[in-house]
Amino acid sequence: MNTIASLTRATLAKDLRLEWRSKDAINSMLFFSLLVVVIFSFSFDPTAEESRQIAGGLVWVAFLFAAVVALNQTWAREMRNQVLDAYRVSPAPPNALFLAKVLGNFIFVTVLQALMTPLFIVFYNLRALGPAYQLPIVAALGTWALVVNGTFFAAMSLRTRSREIMLPLLLFPISIPALLAMVEATGAILTGEFSAKFWIVLLAAYDVVFTIASLFLFGFVLQAE
Amino acid sequence: MPPAVVVTDLVKQFGRFAALRGVSCDFAPSRLYAVLGDNGAGKTTLLRAMAGLTPPTQGSISMLGTTDLRSVCGQVGYMAHPSLLYDEMSGMENLRYFARLYDVNTKDQRCADAIRAVKLDPSLTRPVGQYSQGMRQRMSLARALLNDPKILLLDEPFSNIDMRSAREMVSLLTGLRDAGKTIIVVTHQASLLEGAADEFVWMEAGQIVSRTPDLAARMEAR
Repeated sequence: MNTIASLTRATLAKDLRLEWRSKDAINSMLFFSLLVVVIFSFSFDPTAEESRQIAGGLVWVAFLFAAVVALNQTWAREMRNQVLDAYRVSPAPPNALFLAKVLGNFIFVTVLQALMTPLFIVFYNLRALGPAYQLPIVAALGTWALVVNGTFFAAMSLRTRSREIMLPLLLFPISIPALLAMVEATGAILTGEFSAKFWIVLLAAYDVVFTIASLFLFGFVLQAE
Repeated sequence: MPPAVVVTDLVKQFGRFAALRGVSCDFAPSRLYAVLGDNGAGKTTLLRAMAGLTPPTQGSISMLGTTDLRSVCGQVGYMAHPSLLYDEMSGMENLRYFARLYDVNTKDQRCADAIRAVKLDPSLTRPVGQYSQGMRQRMSLARALLNDPKILLLDEPFSNIDMRSAREMVSLLTGLRDAGKTIIVVTHQASLLEGAADEFVWMEAGQIVSRTPDLAARMEAR
């Protein structure tokens, strides 16, 4: 008996295999993030204190823009040879596809973060003055917020003519509360000047609301012409 | 025996353009139908509507006794003009994934059987993107056969393949029809199905204009 979990696993495994073979998303994301780190570092040459103040914004904006590349790729792959139609005519539930795409994008962006964080630390001479154990929590919640909305809106803009432009137009405004929470929480942890707890709770609430809303609406998006 | 597919007053509008204008027809079980017509006649739209991919503007489609197409989609096989396959994966990898979607038991055996049925080699490790057009077409048919469907909807299955492969495909389709499947083929290559199809359905400007048991009858009527 097929369950959502087993279908999600199968679709996720397929997506990871496709990405492993093509490396389309991860290469583009890495290249973009690397450019941001290097260019900003040389443009501003901040002190350690200034770095702690601006790093939250810088890091998350870099990851947000890089994630858009992966988000576009994830659905573009389904549009080649109209493979998405093969899923649509099957009895598999739409949510299994959505969850697999979200988890796949979460993995891609997390890999990117794991590779880029050491570079951020070196180039910006970063050291957390607040509770550093909260950083992985903010990273996980923030990444989930980006990819759950991003995957949903990328699917929505799939059949539009200029989907590369449409996705940021839809995604960025709705991500502002999450982005604000990520930046503030990261800034709080790095500077140690105030508690990040409020922003972490806000981020968690945002994740819950948008995950449920996306799961509820994705079936309509998938079956739309 | 009740019809396998009943289409009632089907209208499909794309903006101001009507692709289907009140199509009504039925398709009996265990029969092979060829849907013919010029470009823009509405053949593909009709097939996509039957597959549940294009919601009708008006009218209804009943398949295997229900208008809830989603509830019977596991018993329908659909082959489109594009391959509906991942270019980066081998044929077997593709079918293994799609078998999961259809909850097919004994996946590997079933996938290998479907690939052999279209005269391809299941042990081929090359990605589908490196297949010839004809091989891709056949693998696409294997994907449509994977769930052992009662109804097969095929859009241009013979395009871009050589005559010998096309004849082999026709012989496979007649075998499937004889095994009890209802097969609806949209094609421009009507002559390939002469003597094989039970009925030729002719479409023009979004409507069914005639149904004939052989090609010659329509040609004479024209």
